[in-house]
Amino acid sequence: MLELLSDYTIQTVAMGAALIGLSSGVLGCFAVLRKQSLLGDTLSHAALPGVCLAFIIVGSREIGSILLGALATGGLAALFMLLLTRRSRLKTDAGLGIALSVSFAIGVVLLTYIQGSGNASQGGLDSFLFGQAAAILRADLWVMGGITLAALVLVGLFWKEFKLVSFDPGYASSLGMPVAVLEALMTVMVALAVVVGLQMVGVVLMTAMIIAPAVAARQWTGRLETMTLLSVLFGMTAGVVGAVLSATARGLATGPLIVLAISVVVFISLLLAPERGLLWEGVRRWRERRALRGRQVLTTLYALAEEHRDPAYPAEQGMIDAYHGTTTIQAIRKLETRGLVTPVLHEPEMTPHWRLTPQGFAEAERLITQMGGGASDA
Amino acid sequence: MLEQLLANTAFVIMLTGALVGCAAALVGTFLVLRGNSMLSDAISHSIIFGIVVVWLLTRVTSGPVQLVGAALTGILTVFLTELLAGTRRVKYDAAIGLVFPVLFSIGVLLLNLYARDVHIDQHTVLLGEIGFVWLDTVSVAGQEVPQALLSMGAMTVVNLLFVVLLYKELKVTTFDPGLAAALGFAPAIMFYALLFLTSATAVAAFDAVGAVLFIAFVIVPPSAAYLLTDRLWLILVLGAVIAIASSISGYLIAVAWNVSIGGMMAVMTGVFLALAFLFGPRYGLVAQSNRRRSEMHANELRTLAVHLYSHENSSEREEENVARALQTHLGWTQETSRRVVAEGIDRDLILRDGAMLLLTPKGRATAQSILEPWRQQARTGSV
Repeated sequence: MLELLSDYTIQTVAMGAALIGLSSGVLGCFAVLRKQSLLGDTLSHAALPGVCLAFIIVGSREIGSILLGALATGGLAALFMLLLTRRSRLKTDAGLGIALSVSFAIGVVLLTYIQGSGNASQGGLDSFLFGQAAAILRADLWVMGGITLAALVLVGLFWKEFKLVSFDPGYASSLGMPVAVLEALMTVMVALAVVVGLQMVGVVLMTAMIIAPAVAARQWTGRLETMTLLSVLFGMTAGVVGAVLSATARGLATGPLIVLAISVVVFISLLLAPERGLLWEGVRRWRERRALRGRQVLTTLYALAEEHRDPAYPAEQGMIDAYHGTTTIQAIRKLETRGLVTPVLHEPEMTPHWRLTPQGFAEAERLITQMGGGASDA
Repeated sequence: MLEQLLANTAFVIMLTGALVGCAAALVGTFLVLRGNSMLSDAISHSIIFGIVVVWLLTRVTSGPVQLVGAALTGILTVFLTELLAGTRRVKYDAAIGLVFPVLFSIGVLLLNLYARDVHIDQHTVLLGEIGFVWLDTVSVAGQEVPQALLSMGAMTVVNLLFVVLLYKELKVTTFDPGLAAALGFAPAIMFYALLFLTSATAVAAFDAVGAVLFIAFVIVPPSAAYLLTDRLWLILVLGAVIAIASSISGYLIAVAWNVSIGGMMAVMTGVFLALAFLFGPRYGLVAQSNRRRSEMHANELRTLAVHLYSHENSSEREEENVARALQTHLGWTQETSRRVVAEGIDRDLILRDGAMLLLTPKGRATAQSILEPWRQQARTGSV
């Protein structure tokens, strides 16, 4: 393991993956909170023509200009999407889909144009489709790190503004904040996150890197600050795990491994996070249902006792079942262990009967006054 | 005749593209109208998982088993997305973006592991190979027919039957799910049937155009058609026409420039969308701005008529009802007032008498209809 970590390539890959986790972890939070999860999808597909254009113009696989190209076409696609949805009757989903598919198609056309032109160094462009950890150089890390830093500084400077616009754009604009500018800025930041991850995760799977860490983090906390930190933590961990796995197991694409790693985190968070975890909710519901059944039986026995003017009225098991339309024996046994009901024999009948104990009578009275005096649960 | 056509590579490729476009536009129309376009994105990505799994299980590369088996993955995607969104822990769009990458990732990793055995490679997954569809043929009644043509033709027919036979039901469930449920049309079943056909179409089109370009064929032609008309059947027809036009023009341009044929076809759908967006008869940008301008002009004429009318019998008439006053009192520029006066004379609303502007009976009626609409028994002279 130590040997693995001291490997130069793997170090590079792990650092790159950590940078991706950092940038998309922070920037994804805003995208998810603003219900713009799929914007990342569109932006990353729209990065492909930019990558190809930059390659055509510069003539080599120089990372800086390629990322700049990706940023430019991503921004253009976002603008086009906005124009289309504002000035026509197409809805956001159609706008996103159109911008995504058409710009990707332009990218494909450009990609085949480059392949047709027979440029020797074009091989590396393919790695942008699925992501290739091994294709990352130490020098690329500086560019990725620079972009990440720029994005983080931006977030730091406008933290309060971004927060307000994400949660309550109406209030933000009433305070005189330039909401449109801030929203544009946040869109650009999502494009920045996409650009950082492009080379390692690939255009198709960047969507998941934007959405998944933020969604996972959201389950654990309701505070934006904590959510951002957790999101970064999840994103970085999944990124490093996936990238290292892909670098050690030859032939497995990096993007899918990173995405599977972060998806496991999402799955666990959805199930197990305190308060919002689905498992806890299931348990809570099950308990509540059982407690409710017990209360129903108790108030039924009370109503019967009232009706017969006999606090110790023995109610027959089958009758209680028929009254509730289901078997109630588990609920009754539970009440018995709590000392609220007790079995009695009612000669000459041989079937089991139950009556309230004094404590049960008091408990039922308490429940009924709590419910506002409604005498029975009928 | 048929033999000659099928031997013609260009014809086969264009026909395949057109069939992909028509089959996709038929189901895509309803996805776009329902606001579920991005589900096609999710489906087309995750069927890769289905295709690889079905292949590993049955070793069948095409045909009904592969079609239905892989299409079930599309349904699975939508089902999981709805399930995830149903927990209310995650928004619907985020749920889409969480589910399909997982299935896509597993699909790609399986491809990595069994790359030597599976008939598709990573590239085909995204881009397809429409240029090579004529290579893979099967024999039907002594005739060599390209496999892709057969499956796409079948999907087009199935989709067409679905839309034609259930037209009324689709229409109601799309525009008014509440009413559809009340009428007993089971909107949920219609929804899943639609998505199943979308998935099956995606599987059939997969070899030809791949995952991402398929999205263009599903969403873009119906969206362009939606910008051109309000009638549902016309959207379906126009969507198919645009798809066919994109296929033919895309092929010709791609061959001329020596670039990806499928990619160019998808780009052409975008071009047609842009044209519809700009020049659509009612909703196009040009039509919108024309309408706005003509409304503005009509308003200026009304303003002029009211202005002249209100000073017609007053003492300031000499001062107000002259061309110059339009600039000083109404704040119009010289050009505007000139244009409005010229237009007013053209439309027989005003007359020029030296420096004075006089209302014609029609112009007076226009002003009265605005200022005192209750007096108008018969509206004759409104602009």
